[in-house]
Amino acid sequence: MEPKTKVHAEEGKQDLLITRTFDLPLDLLFKAYIEPEIVAQWMGTKVVKLDVQPHGGYQFETSDDKGNVVFKANGTIHECTENKRIVRTFEMENAGFPVQLEFLEFESLDDNRSKLSMQIVYRSIADRDQMLKLPFEYGLNMAHNRIQELLATSK
Amino acid sequence: MNLRRDVFQAIADPTRRAILMLLAAQSMSAGAIAANFDTARPTVSKHLQILTECELLKQEQQGREIYYHLNPHKMKEIADFIEPFRQMWDERFNKLEAIMKNYQAKNK
Repeated sequence: MEPKTKVHAEEGKQDLLITRTFDLPLDLLFKAYIEPEIVAQWMGTKVVKLDVQPHGGYQFETSDDKGNVVFKANGTIHECTENKRIVRTFEMENAGFPVQLEFLEFESLDDNRSKLSMQIVYRSIADRDQMLKLPFEYGLNMAHNRIQELLATSK
Repeated sequence: MNLRRDVFQAIADPTRRAILMLLAAQSMSAGAIAANFDTARPTVSKHLQILTECELLKQEQQGREIYYHLNPHKMKEIADFIEPFRQMWDERFNKLEAIMKNYQAKNK
């Protein structure tokens, strides 16, 4: 079976393409990107600001259970065409990664299915590759921690 | 981790990527591979050596010729490298889909 979410990253390029088909009508998929309460739910973050229109912007803030802010991100909206396209920037605060440019294209496949194509442009090839590897390295660290825990308890 | 980095350096070069594409279809001799490029034969040999060293290619002696073919395990390792990134987005989108289905049911 074809995966619903695909990542296409060509070697030696500084962008990548993420595509996903949803069992949702187009307008509902688009709504999930412009309604602050809905964004907060699926992104699992506090939405401080979300104003999806040209010259608008957004701000996310995620805290741990003790109330410490562990993740902050923001961006500027450059284009918003209803049920069609959002062009925006995305930047993690204090993370050391440069801002990235995102082109989101929404399309209807039929009455109940829609597709999102998200092109992300990074500042350099190295920046893109690093972002691609982050979840992999995170997984590797988690595995290492787990092994260390096991070793510690088996002593 | 060093080995992995080597693999990525190996496929960062366009000629080496072209060699991998060629060999995706069939195994070929060094001479037959070189015939596909304008570059000098020793240059192609050097690329083949690098690809073999990081285990993307395997050599096989067939009569007087050495044949090269892809090492499927190593190729899979490259694909696996971005799999956690894909899964991260997949989970995020699954959540979006579930929330919006719920929303749709409530607002009917």
